[in-house]
Amino acid sequence: MKSTQCQVAIIGAGPGGLSIATELKKLGVDHVALLERESTAGGIPRHCGHSPFGMREFRRVLSGAEYTRRLTAQAEKAGVEIRLATTVTELGQCGELSLSTNEGRQQLKAERVVICSGAREKPRAARLVSGARPQAVMTTGALQSMIYLKQQRPCKRPVIIGSEMVAFSAFLSCRHAGMKPVAMIEAGPVVSWWRLAALLPRLLGTPVLTNTSLEAIEGKDKVRAVMLKRPSGELATIDCDGVIFTGQFIGESTLATMAGFAIDTVTNSPLVDAYGRCSNINYFASGNLRYPLKTAGQCWREGRDMASLVKASLDGKLPDRWAQTNA
Amino acid sequence: MPDDPSSDRIAGEEFDVVVIGSGVVGCAMARRFTLEGARVLVLEKAADILDGASKGNSAILHTGFDAEPGSLEQHCIQAGYEEYLQVKDELNLPVLESGALVVAWNAAEAEMLGGIVDKARANSVRDVQHLSSAQLLVKEPGLSKKAFAAVEVPREFVIDPWTTPYTYLLQAIENGATVKRDTAVIDADFAAGLWQIETNRGKITARTVINCAGLYGDLLEQKLLGQSAFEIRPRKGQFLVFDKSASRLIDSIILPVPNEITKGIVVCRTIFGNLLVGPTAEEQQSRDDASVDANTLQALHNKGVEIIPELANHSVTATYAGIRPATEFKDYCIQPYAEQNYISVGGIRSTGLTAALGIASHVFRLYQAMGNSHNQIDNFVVPDVLPLAESLERNWSKPGNGGIVCHCELVTRHEIEQALSGPLAANSLAGLKRRTRATMGRCQGFYCSAELSEMCANRLQIPLSEPLT
Ligand SMILES: Cc1cc2nc3c(=O)[nH]c(=O)nc-3n(C[C@H](O)[C@H](O)[C@H](O)COP(=O)(O)OP(=O)(O)OC[C@H]3O[C@@H](n4cnc5c(N)ncnc54)[C@H](O)[C@@H]3O)c2cc1C
Ligand SMILES: Cc1cc2nc3c(=O)[nH]c(=O)nc-3n(C[C@H](O)[C@H](O)[C@H](O)COP(=O)(O)OP(=O)(O)OC[C@H]3O[C@@H](n4cnc5c(N)ncnc54)[C@H](O)[C@@H]3O)c2cc1C
Repeated sequence: MKSTQCQVAIIGAGPGGLSIATELKKLGVDHVALLERESTAGGIPRHCGHSPFGMREFRRVLSGAEYTRRLTAQAEKAGVEIRLATTVTELGQCGELSLSTNEGRQQLKAERVVICSGAREKPRAARLVSGARPQAVMTTGALQSMIYLKQQRPCKRPVIIGSEMVAFSAFLSCRHAGMKPVAMIEAGPVVSWWRLAALLPRLLGTPVLTNTSLEAIEGKDKVRAVMLKRPSGELATIDCDGVIFTGQFIGESTLATMAGFAIDTVTNSPLVDAYGRCSNINYFASGNLRYPLKTAGQCWREGRDMASLVKASLDGKLPDRWAQTNA
Repeated sequence: MPDDPSSDRIAGEEFDVVVIGSGVVGCAMARRFTLEGARVLVLEKAADILDGASKGNSAILHTGFDAEPGSLEQHCIQAGYEEYLQVKDELNLPVLESGALVVAWNAAEAEMLGGIVDKARANSVRDVQHLSSAQLLVKEPGLSKKAFAAVEVPREFVIDPWTTPYTYLLQAIENGATVKRDTAVIDADFAAGLWQIETNRGKITARTVINCAGLYGDLLEQKLLGQSAFEIRPRKGQFLVFDKSASRLIDSIILPVPNEITKGIVVCRTIFGNLLVGPTAEEQQSRDDASVDANTLQALHNKGVEIIPELANHSVTATYAGIRPATEFKDYCIQPYAEQNYISVGGIRSTGLTAALGIASHVFRLYQAMGNSHNQIDNFVVPDVLPLAESLERNWSKPGNGGIVCHCELVTRHEIEQALSGPLAANSLAGLKRRTRATMGRCQGFYCSAELSEMCANRLQIPLSEPLT
């Protein structure tokens, strides 16, 4: 029988949640429950195939998958109760969590809760993009989880929209999966990330088109082409079989929003005070949910600092008054 | 996989009735005729049911308060409305008892409200009443303070646009009807009291044909009768769907004062707990092009915020469009042709979800008047369909759900497996979405696409992914 009470419940076993949970145990908190809706812990890095992980935490370069395995092992060793395939569906005002598992509806009451539900990319619909609505229109997150978790690819010749760092990550993922992006599109005048980054796709034969906007998606069941507006103002159609929207990160803040906590409507992050508390002070927010986007290492470090604040709150050492900060 | 008529018992068999088209009207038709004892075959040219006009609507269960008094449409709406409320519990179908407010935004519109009340009463919708702007704001504090006055229509409700027709058709199947998807009627000949129907998958024989081909109704009728009594004039409607958080801003369906062409832009909650703004009314040539347009969507967004200012702080979850099978006539074009054993059910423009059950009963009476009779099924089977509405007990809250796959819409493994099996198994991503809502939430597949692509491997006509090689 699963426990129905704990001292601290953490929602989300990404780098942020794993870090807080482990640290709380080290600080001597008795019962820490880490709730994760997926069937494995680790969050986004589970499906990050490249870019180095683990420099801060393990002083070596690890793959995303290896990194999450180590973080998870640490948490288990520290005595964190990790509950997988457990979705938090609703937050009560005093730390009552409604859960859904294969057993149906369950309840868990926590003295304090830390929401570490991460961030995601803004999908096509929320960007109000014109055109048809075929399949194979997706975000980097969907692309990478297909490639690295399921060894599948959704298409072969996608167009990549955006040029934040994650767009280059999407590009590399495509190459890894034997997909050849036909173009990378940036509405602004220059690449959003490191300017020289554009050299890589270009060298590999994928044009990086700046000052170019996506006007419409074409195709009935599958993507057939995209219509672009070039700097000259003229419209150009490029054939492709998929569209990958990258970046424009927003917090996965549904639980906090639905519970009526104050939310920053631009980043979708819960507003927090100097101690990282939401407008309901039984709840904390950490990791990429709180001001996206940070790297895994940054979320991990933030989590360690956060743990001592949560502990202080448990010990009654934080003020009752909540005042929003802009930090 | 495609339902193949040549591969099983239907080739060479004689059906009482062939229903052409499985939009909401065809689905309700199949149910009515099957329950009345007819041997029914449904033919659908698309890979899945509900792929035409029925794919995108506002999902309002209309009382018919603003229909043309005495019209066939008004009659079918009211009959459909009543039958829906009678069967909904048995079929485990939801209803969101929201009520509607027809809101006037200026003095000129306010003057028209009296006419709306009179028309409603003429349509026997007697519980309508005037609300002053003060009463309006007490009832709907989220509404813009600019609202001038309103008429309340308490029994205008919201239902589930997909589970509803799906359940009708499943009930037909479980009581003996046959459905063939991927099967387009190409031509047909009527001789000696029998129709010989040519499809892309072989010939079919039936005594009576009912044309429920929606956006293609006129083209089909030309093929079958040589000419058509109506002409389809496609009229697109685009929608914006806001996040679930927005659905708390308002209780009622907010309707504008209608004009001749359209009921206008509606703001209402959906049965799935979102908030919808739309539809537009755009005449177009294409019968299939349900594309959306960024400028129009932005205009809908602005309109939504104008009506409910707080909407500005809520994010958009989805965009979609539907195409109404409008014609040159205002009323439905339902016409029996007794000499040819043919009934045309055309031009079910913008009220078909509500009216479908009423249309089906009306058409069955026309069919009887043509001299047909059957023995009603006594103990008909009721299908067991998992509900998607927020108001009903969803699968994720029950044991043995297999865990949640689509996190935004809380769609379980069990629900997805159910949707991918059985006689109406989803065979396209769009079909799976309509049956389960997977990927239709705020992340639009960010979190669940990988899991879904694995679950759907070898199940869909157009696969979601292919293995890395
Ligand atoms: C597409 C993409 C690519 C990225 N690539 C990189 C990269 O290459 N390198 C890098 O350093 N950073 C990358 N990032 C940033 C990444 O977000 C961070 O590395 C890190 O994963 C953030 O950790 P987190 O714990 O805040 O959130 P996440 O890792 O997102 O973890 C959140 C966890 O919460 C769970 N969860 C959410 N809601 C619930 C609920 N209701 N109930 C139960 N569980 C829930 C989720 O399933 C998830 O496991 C990327 C981000 C994205 C979106
Ligand atoms: C924007 C919009 C908003 C609406 N809002 C509402 C509302 O709030 N409430 C309400 O009650 N109604 C509403 N409606 C109306 C409702 O959606 C329609 O009246 C209804 O969907 C019409 O259904 P149908 O079965 O007649 O047509 P369709 O759904 O088009 O079905 C016809 C079917 O026939 C098939 N077919 C065509 N030709 C052939 C052939 N040769 N062989 C085999 N199959 C063929 C097609 O593939 C299609 O599946 C709205 C409609 C729209 C577009």
